[in-house]
Amino acid sequence: MEHTIKSKKEPLIHITKRDAMPLWKAILIRVIAVVIALAVSALLVMVLTKKNPGQVFTAMFNGSFQTPRKILNMLQDVAMLLCISLAVTPAFKMKFWNIGAEGQVLMGALASATLMYKLGNTGIPNGVLIPLMFIGSILMGMIWAIIPAIFKAVWNTNETLFTLMMNYVAMQIIQICIATWATSGSGVMGVINSMNEAGWLPQIFGTKYLLNIIFVALLTVFVFIYLKFSKHGYEIAVVGESENTARYIGINVKKVILRTMALSGALCGFAGFLLVSGASHTITKELAGGMGFTAIMVSWLAKFNPAIMVGTSFLLVFLDKGASSIAMECRLSESIGEIITGIIIFFIIGCEFFIRYKINFRSSNKEVAK
Amino acid sequence: MKKIIAIIVAILAIFALAACAVTPTPEPDNTKAPADATDGTGETGETVDYSNFKIGVICLHDENSTYDANFINAIKAVQAKLGLSDSQVIIKTGVDESDACYNAAAEMADAGCKVVFADSFGHEDYMIQAAKEFKNVQFCHATGTKAKVVNLDNYHNAFASIYQGRYLAGIAAGMKLNEMIDSGKITAEQAKIGYVGAWPYAEVKSGYTSFFLGARSVCPSATMVVTYTDSWFDIAKEKTAAENLIADGCALISQHADSEGAPKACEAANVPNVAYNIDTTPLGPTTALISSKIDWEPYFELIINAVVKGTAIPTDYCGTFATGSVALTKLNESVAAAGTQEAIDAAKAKLISGELKVFDTSTWTFEGKTLEEYVADVVDNGDFVKETNVIHDGYFDESNADQFRSAPYFDFLIDGITKK
Repeated sequence: MEHTIKSKKEPLIHITKRDAMPLWKAILIRVIAVVIALAVSALLVMVLTKKNPGQVFTAMFNGSFQTPRKILNMLQDVAMLLCISLAVTPAFKMKFWNIGAEGQVLMGALASATLMYKLGNTGIPNGVLIPLMFIGSILMGMIWAIIPAIFKAVWNTNETLFTLMMNYVAMQIIQICIATWATSGSGVMGVINSMNEAGWLPQIFGTKYLLNIIFVALLTVFVFIYLKFSKHGYEIAVVGESENTARYIGINVKKVILRTMALSGALCGFAGFLLVSGASHTITKELAGGMGFTAIMVSWLAKFNPAIMVGTSFLLVFLDKGASSIAMECRLSESIGEIITGIIIFFIIGCEFFIRYKINFRSSNKEVAK
Repeated sequence: MKKIIAIIVAILAIFALAACAVTPTPEPDNTKAPADATDGTGETGETVDYSNFKIGVICLHDENSTYDANFINAIKAVQAKLGLSDSQVIIKTGVDESDACYNAAAEMADAGCKVVFADSFGHEDYMIQAAKEFKNVQFCHATGTKAKVVNLDNYHNAFASIYQGRYLAGIAAGMKLNEMIDSGKITAEQAKIGYVGAWPYAEVKSGYTSFFLGARSVCPSATMVVTYTDSWFDIAKEKTAAENLIADGCALISQHADSEGAPKACEAANVPNVAYNIDTTPLGPTTALISSKIDWEPYFELIINAVVKGTAIPTDYCGTFATGSVALTKLNESVAAAGTQEAIDAAKAKLISGELKVFDTSTWTFEGKTLEEYVADVVDNGDFVKETNVIHDGYFDESNADQFRSAPYFDFLIDGITKK
């Protein structure tokens, strides 16, 4: 309690940092936050729509769990969001604010789509084409991430703005490619190689998306080990804490920034590959669907821990699917689902405050005030 | 300790992912359930029993897009008319033109929908994918081009001869321009129309060309400038595009893009506007003239009744004035020039009788020449190769579903229209 500020007139409320909180207590606070969030949302639904909140929450749950297909689709969405979240994490841990994941994913996707489109009818076997697409996507994602990293490392430019702008450049490049290929001017590429399925990831056990899900599961383990147990992971952590310390202990900061961003971009490119080859088989500028930004939230909520990210990406996908399911089943506007999602996320982020800090009220009792 | 827990959690999570992922294998059994149910609807009773029926409607955006609002309003009206419950009419909005569309369609089929309808051009390939998998569910797609090519019994396209409606709306625009010329507000040379288009695509080009031909049929000095937003739905872009056209001296604005951006910009600048899909009079009480729209109610009713009664749905359907698919919203009398309604009615009667052709080749030229032949990409193999002549008997035969296809294929700039 050394942080407590002693003054003659104590303020009504003051905030102190907590030392450490037992795990069960931290979990309890989070559970309470979710319960309050649900209660507030239920109240709002009742007031605004006169619908039974039970019906609304059932609809929300149905969005992800009603049928085996919905569970599978949910898992695919979790896998894709998790993949991009894993991609942004090393950079964020290094305090390199890469908000260009969207563009990096799109460029990766574009590389895959280009190879699929250009080589699809040449009779090239999938055993060659798919690895080519894989490498192409990873390279493209890497290039798109490393450009701002070079500028940051050499000229110390603002990486937030730079990576953000790179997103829009990527989208425009995609528009140009579609306009060139789909000469009808519709702006729609359509499914590529629907006849011969060239460049499509195979379905294993007859299940769509299964390969995507397995790849991302393996990636989760890899990133977890990389960040926790490798020398690179340690260097990232040190650079993130303090660049000066890193320099002092002989870490080449520029090299770490470039290397980490290259990894981030490569993983984003991989996500783009999975989206094209393992799911949609097309290219649009909406293909990443804002996941490049949502991933940042996933990563932060999990405090950059890949294992917890499995949970946070599930939470966000669950909320998103729930929102559109509410809109569909209850004939409400899409907005009501989004409001509920907002309330829940607000409470979850808000409760972190109570886990890290303690609120002290002024008290006349000397013993309590200490 | 913490590390060990984290690793265990990670491993568990992976197993959980893998385990859950395998569970959906018994899927085919699920998909058969609705199939068996369809056999029951083959009854030949006099009264139509809708109780066993379910339809799913997939929309790209929600009601904020005028395009999607047009579909949503239509299906809701049909629902009310046929006395269907909310659980029999599933509407899913915000479905991207990606795998999301296939997933939505498949989930609807799982939920027992007998017909699944999708409203956006980019949904087509994913609807076809679903149609191949769910043989006993009918899949209908608006604005699509591939139903005749893919040869699936349960996949259908639909559109309407909306170019005729556009032509009539163009007459209202031309009459308004004449009124402005007569009152000395603009000169005959200044009768320039501004058009906000979404994509440089046949559906848009066919729409603005027929609109322009309608306007020029009554106002011979009319010209038109077209600008594209490269997006079906972007309020800010459409508003800016309309403002730029007005700044360029356009005396009247029309649009084929799905937001309220352009009508609102027109109301702010006090420039007359002709809209599409919805009645924009509430948005621009002093500027909205009229809207042409495809009324999807007849088609929805047709597919619902076809499925319930067990009759066939046309592979490629083109709604007309006769089917009630091509419609105009109520003319805003306070904005329109005198005699507009009469002129529209007269032209409509001639269009229905066939006496008047919108794309009569004697009324327009391309690069200074009258066309006697035009080869368009009617058969959509995905190859973008133009292969079919669509001009015969002195007119460009647009949206002829029997001979060609319902989705438009008029895709060039005639003289008098320029691209900005």
